[in-house]
Amino acid sequence: MMADKQPKIAIKGLHKQFGKKIVLNGLDLEVPDGQSVVIIGGSGTGKSVLIKNILGLLSPEKGSILIDNQDVVGMNRAERESILQKVGILFQNAALFDSLQVWENVAFGLIEGRGMKRKQAHEIAIDKLADVGLGPDIGSLFPSELSGGMRKRVGLARAIATDPEIIFFDEPTTGLDPIMGDVINDLIVDRVRHLGATTLTITHDMASARKIADKIAMIYKGKIIWAGPVSDIDNSGNDFVDQFINGRAEGPIQMDVRAG
Amino acid sequence: MNPLASIGRTTISFFNTIGRISLFTCRAVFHCFVPPVYGRLLVRQLIEIGYYSLPVVGLTAIFTGMVLALQSYTGFVRFNAEGAVASVVVLSITRELAPVLAGLMVSGRIGAAMAAEIGTMSVTEQIDALTTLSTNPFKYLVAPRLIAGVLMLPLLVLVADIIGVFGGYLVSVYKLGFNPTVYLERTWDILEPLDVVSGLVKAAVFGFLISLMGCYHGYHSRGGAQGVGAATTNAVVSASVLILAFNYIITELFFAI
Ligand SMILES: Nc1ncnc2c1ncn2[C@@H]1O[C@H](COP(=O)(O)OP(=O)(O)OP(=O)(O)O)[C@@H](O)[C@H]1O
Ligand SMILES: [Mg+2]
Repeated sequence: MMADKQPKIAIKGLHKQFGKKIVLNGLDLEVPDGQSVVIIGGSGTGKSVLIKNILGLLSPEKGSILIDNQDVVGMNRAERESILQKVGILFQNAALFDSLQVWENVAFGLIEGRGMKRKQAHEIAIDKLADVGLGPDIGSLFPSELSGGMRKRVGLARAIATDPEIIFFDEPTTGLDPIMGDVINDLIVDRVRHLGATTLTITHDMASARKIADKIAMIYKGKIIWAGPVSDIDNSGNDFVDQFINGRAEGPIQMDVRAG
Repeated sequence: MNPLASIGRTTISFFNTIGRISLFTCRAVFHCFVPPVYGRLLVRQLIEIGYYSLPVVGLTAIFTGMVLALQSYTGFVRFNAEGAVASVVVLSITRELAPVLAGLMVSGRIGAAMAAEIGTMSVTEQIDALTTLSTNPFKYLVAPRLIAGVLMLPLLVLVADIIGVFGGYLVSVYKLGFNPTVYLERTWDILEPLDVVSGLVKAAVFGFLISLMGCYHGYHSRGGAQGVGAATTNAVVSASVLILAFNYIITELFFAI
């Protein structure tokens, strides 16, 4: 039944390099409609770069990225804006607007993107802040007055504020305590199961990945080297995946560190 | 190192920069005239550039007017031409000194602040975040600053004209013993509308250049705190040099015989 539904996001042969450094090297990935896909992979392997290419913040040298069957590579600004209307993003470093209060950050997409009245947007923003475990008093602070984990959660609230169809989470649980991490896991699962959103999540947190993923994909040397349902992750038959999910220093993946 | 190669490289990068600035300018100006206009942000910039620059510009103007009266007096007294002090003060202030000095002071204050703010937003991915929230950074960040610069600098210069002339008057009357009525009459008689208007036109152009350089260098800053620092310096230096260059060009357009 899944197979005949067209994927929400389909990436083919994506290639991105910075100068001589090749980051993505013919990457293929499909994100099925209404599912949660988790990308795992070592630090610096190009996970964040992949998301930025999908969003059009970086342009790839080669390859195609179809969102709802429309190729977003080389799209003009107006077309891209209509795609971005359906999308929410949590950036790895939250990327909150310093000059705006927390609630204005959360409500930004509602006020500027949807033209909602500030008063109504404020109420929604306070609701979304509550979803990520932040009280209404936090709403009137500025981002510089928050802790790292709080900033991340405000970024999350901003990503989900417009109830987007597609949400990208770049390390949603990094920097959070385990209990709050699990609250965020539940939030992501809820988005997918109850609101029918499609999500693409980057994480290093395997417990979180197991909980939120329908499908897991592992990136290594610019390609997806393994992708499959979350239930297969422990017997993937792939040495790279085994080494990664068990967090072993020995294995086929070599870290560029000087041997002791 | 091959000297020819390095000359070539420098030339190419020079024209590269010119091209990038031209493109940036076209996009920025285009977005000033195409809605939506962010009124709230525009008002904030008008206040920031106009109101908060008043003390700096006022102080610069009053001391300049004072020293101008003193210097021209000590010069002219040798030729028994003290009577020309009033005209020298008012013409120098309105045509040249008020627009140029106000432009330079505001570029230090505002150009630097713009480059630092937009630069920080750029290196911390806030500009990326803006884009993904269906907001055009040119409309949201650049247009309000450009409009505010063009509108506010002439106002500041008008204030500087008045304060500068007043500074000259203070020194002439209370220190050099001029008759106040005669001094003001001389000032008024020599002044033509074109003197003030040319100064205000200069001011509008300088306001545009200050905001443009602040936004351009901020927008293109890369590489963390160091990059933002370099952007700030470049914004102030390039705006100052452009102000002096355009000052000559506009003077030539207005007053060349
Ligand atoms: N704007 C850029 N200019 C040059 N190189 C870049 C740029 N952005 C990323 N890179 C390089 O691309 C590679 C991948 O970066 P990316 O941020 O995607 O890593 P990541 O997989 O998200 O890592 P992490 O898990 O640590 O966040 C890195 O080696 C980085 O040096
Ligand atoms: Mg990353």
